Amino acid sequence: MTTDPATASTTSPEGLATAAALALGDDALVLSHRLAEWAGHAPELEEEVALANIALDLLGQARVLLSLVGDEDELAYLREERAFRNAQLTEQPGGDFAATIVRQLYFSTYQRLLYGRIAAAAGEGTGDGGLGGLAAKAVKEVAYHQDHAEQWTLRLGDGTEESHRRTQAAVDALWRFTGELFQPLPGLDGVDWAELEADWLSSVTAVLDRATLTVPDGPRTGAWRAGAGRQGLHTESFGRMLAEMQHLHRSHPGATW
Amino acid sequence: MTTSDWPLWEVFVRSRRGLSHTHAGSLHAPDAAMALRNARDLYTRRSEGVSLWVVPSTAITASSPDEKDPFFEPAADKPYRHPTFYEIPEGVQHL
Repeated sequence: MTTDPATASTTSPEGLATAAALALGDDALVLSHRLAEWAGHAPELEEEVALANIALDLLGQARVLLSLVGDEDELAYLREERAFRNAQLTEQPGGDFAATIVRQLYFSTYQRLLYGRIAAAAGEGTGDGGLGGLAAKAVKEVAYHQDHAEQWTLRLGDGTEESHRRTQAAVDALWRFTGELFQPLPGLDGVDWAELEADWLSSVTAVLDRATLTVPDGPRTGAWRAGAGRQGLHTESFGRMLAEMQHLHRSHPGATW
Repeated sequence: MTTSDWPLWEVFVRSRRGLSHTHAGSLHAPDAAMALRNARDLYTRRSEGVSLWVVPSTAITASSPDEKDPFFEPAADKPYRHPTFYEIPEGVQHL
């Protein structure tokens, strides 16, 4: 690679918010891979198809976003861990089904609210960073992802004692990764990030309440001073995930079938 | 994969150009709302449909294969049951 897109300037001469495209593209790529890990392991065949469909939607978004930044294959397969800008929430291991569903609830709610705002900013000309077209198309997909996560959160939270316990554990464990999502991304000037965060909180709280789950009262960010995923700092399991995602391309560069 | 204890649902899809819902297949789901979502994922992802019905398979009363003959093979010597004795006036359309 000639330039490292992670350290390149945040906005291209054409007004494209490359840093934002990279961050959102990495979110979609990494979460897509995490969801694809369920293939062959989901509790029910129907649910496996649902998760794979969501993973494919996200992969499609990742391809568009990363192509705006550079060569999509190079970006996906040849970057080191520190060059990825995805939020740490998206790289958290699937764990049990409840953990996957809670991760989906947190992230899809964020994505729907954010894409809706980017699309609106494009309409009003207040600064969409050149991502308005993608956002307008993706927001429909993401609304379905959110519905899927919400339906399952309600059933797991208000289901059996066991499903309630597991879901509450996931709600608590992932809570500290949600604050990072609302770090403003450069170039998306039309997005009011404080309002986005408030909307996210009220939407997630409403679902957790209906699901008889308790909204955690702990902090929504970790203790790292140096930053988190948006600064290229990732959690332990991410390296192993990348190794699996990248090893084929690195072992057989340019392989096709 | 363990055997599903979720109930079975029959899925009917109304295609983009069709007027009526057509049986597309079946799936497992814990309840009707989830069955509708699973049906969307399994049967309409390639823009096959514009409307979906899901029906619990247990709600369908079917004719038995044992009764096939009395049900479906009426005597063939009653041609008057078939509307073939009418002259169709010229110019009548959609018949």
